[in-house]
Amino acid sequence: MWEVCLKEIRGFFSSLIGYLVIGVFVLILGLMMWVFPDFSILDYNTASLDQFFFTVPLIFMFLIPAITMRSIAEEMQNGTLELLITKPISEVEIVIGKFLACLLLVWIALLPSLIYYYSVYQLASPVGNLDNGAIYGSYLGLLLLSASFVAIGIFSSSLTKNQIIAFLFGVALSYLLFYAFYYFSKLPIFFGKTDDIVQSIGMQDHYDSISRGVVDTRDIIYFFSVIFFFIWLTIQNINQKKN
Amino acid sequence: MSVIVKGLTKTFGKQIAVNQLSFTVSKGEILGFLGPNGAGKTTTMKLLTTFLSPSEGDAEICGFSILKSPIEVKRCIGYLPEHNPLYKDMYVREYLLGFARLTKVNKPTKRVEDLIEMTGLTREQNKLIGSLSKGYRQRVGLSQALVHDPQVLILDEPTSGLDPNQLIEIRNLVRNIGKEKTLIFSTHIMQEVSALCDRVIIIDRGIKVADDSIESLQDQMDQKQVIWLEFTNVINAEVLKQIKGVLKVSSEGKSKYQIVARKDIEVRDLIFAESVKQGWSIREMVKDKSSIENIFAEMTNTDQK
Repeated sequence: MWEVCLKEIRGFFSSLIGYLVIGVFVLILGLMMWVFPDFSILDYNTASLDQFFFTVPLIFMFLIPAITMRSIAEEMQNGTLELLITKPISEVEIVIGKFLACLLLVWIALLPSLIYYYSVYQLASPVGNLDNGAIYGSYLGLLLLSASFVAIGIFSSSLTKNQIIAFLFGVALSYLLFYAFYYFSKLPIFFGKTDDIVQSIGMQDHYDSISRGVVDTRDIIYFFSVIFFFIWLTIQNINQKKN
Repeated sequence: MSVIVKGLTKTFGKQIAVNQLSFTVSKGEILGFLGPNGAGKTTTMKLLTTFLSPSEGDAEICGFSILKSPIEVKRCIGYLPEHNPLYKDMYVREYLLGFARLTKVNKPTKRVEDLIEMTGLTREQNKLIGSLSKGYRQRVGLSQALVHDPQVLILDEPTSGLDPNQLIEIRNLVRNIGKEKTLIFSTHIMQEVSALCDRVIIIDRGIKVADDSIESLQDQMDQKQVIWLEFTNVINAEVLKQIKGVLKVSSEGKSKYQIVARKDIEVRDLIFAESVKQGWSIREMVKDKSSIENIFAEMTNTDQK
């Protein structure tokens, strides 16, 4: 498992992909957080990172499928999956190894944002007057959310040999699971009756809940379920190809 | 026995790719897996390497069942798939080192150095795999298959698409490797089988049609012999036909003849004696040895029988 993970990480950083992912993420986020007046934290008048935690899922929705799209699709296209599978490692190790590698890259890209926290911390008046609980919770939410998106992305990548299809499918599935259930719940058939249940199927509900700084085990269990479900589906998918 | 295959069957939908295939390979043997395109060679190899799961039957490799203990099976096989897939954006050394670590080899760096030397990649070790010629890529593929020092090597068409020089080099390499390992390799090139193998299995449409040593296959199938003759002067072909044991005489150009004769009679001596009697001078007389091609055609070409 660690061998697969290390191989993937080496792959990210021996090519442009790793640097590009981090660069693009930091650039877009930096512009939105500090430069564009519509979103800028500086114009927000409150020492808060709400804007940041609202924007990141949106960027992740595109960035993460872009990282994961090649993980299995490319191996299938080149036939190198055959090499991996016929080595004395199990399919579970291959999938989890790839999952961890992509996740690690995303988390590395998230690291520079700690500077934002420090900046806002210093800008607050008096210094350090922040809702720290909410920020820690939101970071935990982001870590879980990104892991879910990576699992979805890896699963999409195992569906097809075509990386572009894998990317689009990953984006669609992430969008559906993150935002769509919130909007579905507004449909007349759910609204006022079961809208809270429909909302709780989506990730946004749980992400927002953690972001408030209240770590509810139900939310944690929800995210872990999503992650395990998609990893399990990926493994099933690869095993299915043997028939 | 290194490999025991028991009634292996693989179907894709309605199509039967491999049908009740059974054979054994003993330790240290070199087995040639022969068959026309689409005969089921690649499918059989994918089944043995656990890349595909069989619809029926089982196989044992080094005592481990491909169904029950795939990881142990994979530990004792090295596999070079058809078309030799590679990570083309990696460097040779990095690539092999990656696989050495993946298979948890002891002292990976040392192992990779040994492999690079063994497969003659020393000068290419710091190049990108994508920039290598096909022959060298094949060497990288072979090194990859050998990285965890497996007992059984399974090579799917290791020499396809190589130029004649590369072909000979890779063939020599395979022969050297085969000295220490049990080797199963597939091919549709007949000379390769006679050059490398102890034993041949011929399959056609998923069914085993022959399983024998090269010599006995040749003996069994080859009741006829082919002789090529060239004379300095013009001769009467009708006289050749009268010689005992000659079945067919066909003209292959001016004073050149191809003679098909029974094998149990030494026709060459009789032809020589007749030529002396007739006053013809023979420029060349050769017995055609490449009859393994004929065996293959005869065994797999059921339509034309």
